[in-house]
Amino acid sequence: MTSSPSLRSVLKRPTRPGGAEPLPLTHSLGVDYDTDWARRYPVRLARAMLLDDVTRPVMRAGCRPTIYGLEHLEPLAGPMILAGNHASHLDTALLLSSLPARIRHHVVVGAAADYFFDRHWKAALWAFALGAVPMERVKVNRRSADLAAALIEEGWSFVIFPEGGRSPDGWGQEFKGGAAYLAKRCSVPVVPVHLRGTRAILAKGSRRLRPGPTEVRFGDPLRPEAREDARRFASRIERAVAVLADEAETDWWSARLRAATGETAPYRGPDVSPWRRAWNLPSSADPTARSSEEAALRDRRSWP
Amino acid sequence: MSPRPGIVLEVDRSTPATLFWHGEGFGLETLPVGSRVIYAPEPLAALKDPDAAIRHALEHPLGDSAPLSSLLRPGMRLTIAFDDVSLPLPPMRSPDVRQRVIEAVLDMAAAAGVDDVILIAALALHRRMTDDELRHALGSRIFDAFAPHGLLQQHDAEDPANLVHLGQTDEGEDVELNRRAAESDLLIYVNINLVAMDGGHKSVATGLASYKSLRHHHNVRTMRASRSFMDMHRSQLHTSNWRMGKLIADAGVKVFQIETTLNNDTFPAEVRFLQRREWEWSLRDRASFYAASRALARTPPEVARRIFHSVQAPHEMTSVQAGEVGAVHDRTLQQVHRQQLVEVKGQTDILTMGLPYICPYNVNSIMNPILVACLGLGYFFNLYRNKPLVREGGVVIMSHPTPWAFNPVHHPSYIDFFEQVLAETTDMLEVESKYEAAFATDPWYIHLYRTSYAYHGVHPFYMWYWCAHALEHVGKVIVVGGDRAAVRRLGFAPASTLADALEMASDVVGRDPTITHMHAPPLMLADVQ
Repeated sequence: MTSSPSLRSVLKRPTRPGGAEPLPLTHSLGVDYDTDWARRYPVRLARAMLLDDVTRPVMRAGCRPTIYGLEHLEPLAGPMILAGNHASHLDTALLLSSLPARIRHHVVVGAAADYFFDRHWKAALWAFALGAVPMERVKVNRRSADLAAALIEEGWSFVIFPEGGRSPDGWGQEFKGGAAYLAKRCSVPVVPVHLRGTRAILAKGSRRLRPGPTEVRFGDPLRPEAREDARRFASRIERAVAVLADEAETDWWSARLRAATGETAPYRGPDVSPWRRAWNLPSSADPTARSSEEAALRDRRSWP
Repeated sequence: MSPRPGIVLEVDRSTPATLFWHGEGFGLETLPVGSRVIYAPEPLAALKDPDAAIRHALEHPLGDSAPLSSLLRPGMRLTIAFDDVSLPLPPMRSPDVRQRVIEAVLDMAAAAGVDDVILIAALALHRRMTDDELRHALGSRIFDAFAPHGLLQQHDAEDPANLVHLGQTDEGEDVELNRRAAESDLLIYVNINLVAMDGGHKSVATGLASYKSLRHHHNVRTMRASRSFMDMHRSQLHTSNWRMGKLIADAGVKVFQIETTLNNDTFPAEVRFLQRREWEWSLRDRASFYAASRALARTPPEVARRIFHSVQAPHEMTSVQAGEVGAVHDRTLQQVHRQQLVEVKGQTDILTMGLPYICPYNVNSIMNPILVACLGLGYFFNLYRNKPLVREGGVVIMSHPTPWAFNPVHHPSYIDFFEQVLAETTDMLEVESKYEAAFATDPWYIHLYRTSYAYHGVHPFYMWYWCAHALEHVGKVIVVGGDRAAVRRLGFAPASTLADALEMASDVVGRDPTITHMHAPPLMLADVQ
């Protein structure tokens, strides 16, 4: 009757007829992806080795980080939420590399379910390499929230970028309430983190790495106040990161003074047209400022 | 994900090759662009707790029947009849539905103190079941409790002492039934309703009847007037059985009908590609197909047959209903339709079908040429409502090796029918009038039917009549890849390849025909608009 099938027919995925509906995704991906396997001991051990023996040396060489404020982490014995600004794909690896060993080996990272968990290989890669867990960033998702809360209660620290995605223009974005909600729900402190310089190395949309210096700043841990709702607490976390950003551009004392008088530079940038926002961008966040001279020149620039 | 309904796919340039069954094997065929392929709905979800559903059905019967527990009393004669080895197809994994249902019935009978219980396999004129087959269908608990004491019987349609003539219907049809069943205080019939044809009054009136009774509806005239026999409202086969059912009820035989439906989960997970749509085949499916095809190409047919007949379907029960026959059957049909109905717009010039290794009459046996004709033109052709899938004067193309081979134990009269009768004529009416009576009353065939594992002497005639409607309707039947001599003996045209068959069909339906392929099994019922 028919000839024997060829081996090629096995390897080649069949095409879908135009009249057939695509098969709905039956595999659990996105927010439903199960990352339990990535927190088992053999996988944790492999991840610790990857982080210590590969990621940290690469980050040290490529990002040359200077780390400030580690003393704020020392008194924190239990799990914590680390909430940082987000401008580059390097942020997670840099932040994890900058954490003390006791925390970096017992931490999970909230990652966008729609971006990092949309394919099996991606989901497995990030779950393994970073200990990523899928988080819904478009809307509130009970499964995401329950999973994160359960992990924190199990003792895992949680890295989250409350902006919900990388900055499109180098300026900060509004902090969403997820980190604040989790901190309130689990009664754990939130450590504000500011990462400076990663956008200059690998900005959103950029395909080229431009190694350069970075700074990682950990701030004073924040705890939700009794009557503070998640939205207000989220604003407080955002202000704390803004102060760290100010400190990165100026100095600790000046930033403190401005914070005390409420004069910290707006974290989300001036409310002006896009090109003026780009013009006002600090040089540390500007991938086009390549030399220190150029950066210095940029810093002097201002617009009336 | 809820199961998806069936679809009618129009073949385009992106459509991957389509799976065609070919007896104990299968292959991929590329259908011309514009052809249609009918895919059955996906398997429905199984009942979560089938045993609880059975108990509920027995205690909450449909129609005017009382709950089973109130029908059982000490001292009564209780007979439980059940479908034979022809259902379901392929045989299902243990526990079989019959085991579940009969165990539940027996639990209630034991609680009610019923001592006189007999189990009867409702064979009609089929072969007797082997002990292994009975054990598989009923489970060891029932088999070991009943068989050693002679309480597990198989209906014998040729035992005058155990038959009773209940009378004639308004149309003059004799109704002769198994005496024990007819004279019991309660007759419980346990059905597996795999297709819409099964069940209803046909269960008792056919399954427990004799040749004298069966010949009134198993004949050429009735078959030609059953359009189709999957649609009881347009089927003379059913009308006749319903008349008989009425007479049986009027004669005082109290029937408590239990009908069950299965989902169409037909093949085990290892060969799941057999029931998946080709463009959704995963790497695993493609690898399984490749490995199976390669292996089967090097396997002797006898070995391949043994392998295929050892396949047990993962069928699961989707519904169970009990009580009065008519009410139960109405509910059952809804469930069968829910699983199998596919709406198809318009008829086709050419209907193609890949015929598998099994039909109701060759379980653990050889699919001989008569059964090939019966499966294609009797069963697959009739899987329609309203109008046949193929237009009048159209062409049916079947793919099957159609070996000139018979199982001499199971099908002795088939050999003679094929060698003697079909060699003379394939004309239905001539076959019926000239040869049927001689085969039906042949003492050697009767002896083999009663004491061995042989189908009744008249059975090959019925298989041939099963094709009557199709052969009257279509203009040509082509068999792809079949034994040429055997195919010609059936009166069909042999073709080497599907492309050749389509070329040959163009003589009948023209150069630009519409083509429709039934992607079965899993079984479907085409609702042709």
